[in-house]
Amino acid sequence: MSDATQIRFRAATEESPATRWTLIALAFAGLAILVFAPLIAVFVEALADGAVEALRSLASPDARDAIRLTLTIAAISVPLNAIFGVAAAWFITKFDFRGKAFLITLIDLPFSVSPVVAGLCIVLMFGANSALGGWLVAQGYPIVFAMPGIILATMFVTFPFVARELIPVMIEQGRAEEEAALTLGASGWRVFWTVTLPNIRWALLYGVLLCNARAMGEFGAVAVVSGKIRGETATIPTTIEMLYQEYLSVAAFSLAAVLTLLALLTLLLKTLLELRHADQLAANHRH
Amino acid sequence: MHIEIDEISKAFGTTAALHPVSLSIPSGALVALLGPSGSGKTTLLRILGGLEFPTSGRVLFDGQDATGLTVQERRAGFVFQSYALFRHMTVFENIAYGLNARPRATRPTKAEIARRVTKLLELIQLPDIGARYPSQLSGGQRQRVALARALAIEPRMLLLDEPFGALDAKVRKELRQGLRDIHDTTGLTTVFVTHDQEEAMELADLVVVMSMGRIEQIGKPADIRARPATAFVKDFITA
Repeated sequence: MSDATQIRFRAATEESPATRWTLIALAFAGLAILVFAPLIAVFVEALADGAVEALRSLASPDARDAIRLTLTIAAISVPLNAIFGVAAAWFITKFDFRGKAFLITLIDLPFSVSPVVAGLCIVLMFGANSALGGWLVAQGYPIVFAMPGIILATMFVTFPFVARELIPVMIEQGRAEEEAALTLGASGWRVFWTVTLPNIRWALLYGVLLCNARAMGEFGAVAVVSGKIRGETATIPTTIEMLYQEYLSVAAFSLAAVLTLLALLTLLLKTLLELRHADQLAANHRH
Repeated sequence: MHIEIDEISKAFGTTAALHPVSLSIPSGALVALLGPSGSGKTTLLRILGGLEFPTSGRVLFDGQDATGLTVQERRAGFVFQSYALFRHMTVFENIAYGLNARPRATRPTKAEIARRVTKLLELIQLPDIGARYPSQLSGGQRQRVALARALAIEPRMLLLDEPFGALDAKVRKELRQGLRDIHDTTGLTTVFVTHDQEEAMELADLVVVMSMGRIEQIGKPADIRARPATAFVKDFITA
C-alpha cells in the first residue's frame, strides 16, 4: 500500500464514487416520483377507455372552445408581455435612476403574490360593482367574466418571466456596445434594433417560451376572473378542473394531456433552438 | 480639428469627477490624457465624445460651440476600453455599421461601402478577416478593428479610452506604432486616455497629466520629464 503508484489524485471538487452515485440516484428518484410518474399517469388516464374515446372527448364543443380560448389568450398576452418585459429590462439596465431597486421588486411581485389574490384584485378593480368596471360594462366592454379579464390575469401572472430573463443578461453585457453604435451616428431606435435586440435574442426567446408555458397553464387567477363560463370563458385548465369535478375523468385527462403536450412542445422548441444555435450562444458568452 | 475645452466641470451626484479644467488641443495633435484611475481622464474624454455632458463649461470645435451637440452630431471616432465590437456582427459589418447608419440621402451605395471597408481593413493590415466574428479575433486584432470602425465614419477627431489596456506587453508596443502611423496618415486630432506614463510619453506629442479631477501639467513629454510642475507629476512619471 505504500507503493507510490497507488496514490490517486483527486480534484478538490470531486466526491467519492459512493457519494456521487447516491446523489445521482436521489436526483433520478426525485425526478421519477415528482415529474415522470405524474406525466405518464396523465396520458394513461386519458387513454383509459382507448384513444377513440379520448379523441371524441377532445372533439366536444366545450373542449374545442377551451383549446381555442387558451391559444388566443396566449397569442395576445405573450407578445404584449414580451414587449413590456423588454421595455422594463431596457429601462432598468440602461439608465440610472432613483427607485430602481423598488421597480425590480415590483416586477417580481407577481411571483410572490398568490394568483388567486391577483385574480381578486382584478375583480375588485374592474368588476361590475366597481366604478371603473361599472362604467366599462355600461359601455359594453365588460372586463371580468370576459376575455379582457382573462388576458389581464394571465399577463399579471406571467409578467416577470421576460424581464427577469433579460435583466441579468443586459447587466452583464453593459452599455458599451450601445454607446459605440451611438458614436457611429446611429439613432437610439436603430441602436435598439441593430445592437440591443440581437444581443438579447436568446434570453428573450427563453423568457417568451417560459411565459408562454405559464400563460397556457395558468389556473388560479383565471379561475377567479373568468367565471368559467363554458364555451365562453373556460380555458383549458379551468375546463379540466370542471370536468374532473364532474367525474368525467377521460375528458379531463385528455384535455390535460393536450396541455401537457403543448408544454412539452414548448420545451422541445427551446431544446431544438439551443442545439441548432449552440455556436452562437457560445459566441455570445465568450466575447 | 482644433479642440478647446473651456472650464469644463462634471459632477456625478455630489462627487466632483472634474473640477473646472481648460485645455487647448491643436489641430492634428496626438494628445495623451495621463493619470491614475479616478483622475477624471475618461470623464473628460467622454465629454469630448458627447457620451457625457458637462455640469458647466464649454467645448469648442474649431472655435464653434459644440457643448450641446449630440453624440451623433459630434462625429467623433471613439475606441472603447474593451473595444465594444458588435459581437453578433462580422468584422465587415462592424466596420460598415456607421456608414449603414447614415440617413438614406448621404448613405454610400453598397459597393462603395464594401470598397471603403476593404480599404480600412488594409489600413489596419488585416485584409482577410472581414468574414470573422469578434470572438474569433485576438485582442490586438479586436483593437485594430475597433479603430477601423471608428475611422469608417470619417470622424472629425479620434478618441481612445485606454486603447492598449487589455493587451499584453509585446502587442502593446506593436500597436502603439500602429496608432502613431494611423494618426500620421489621417492627420486626425487624436486624444487617448492612459494610466501608463511610458505609453503616454512615447506616443503623444502633448501629455496632459491629471489627478483627482484636475489638470496637473500640460506639456511635451520631454518638458514634463525635465520639469515636472508638481510633486504629483514628479511622483507619477517616475513611478
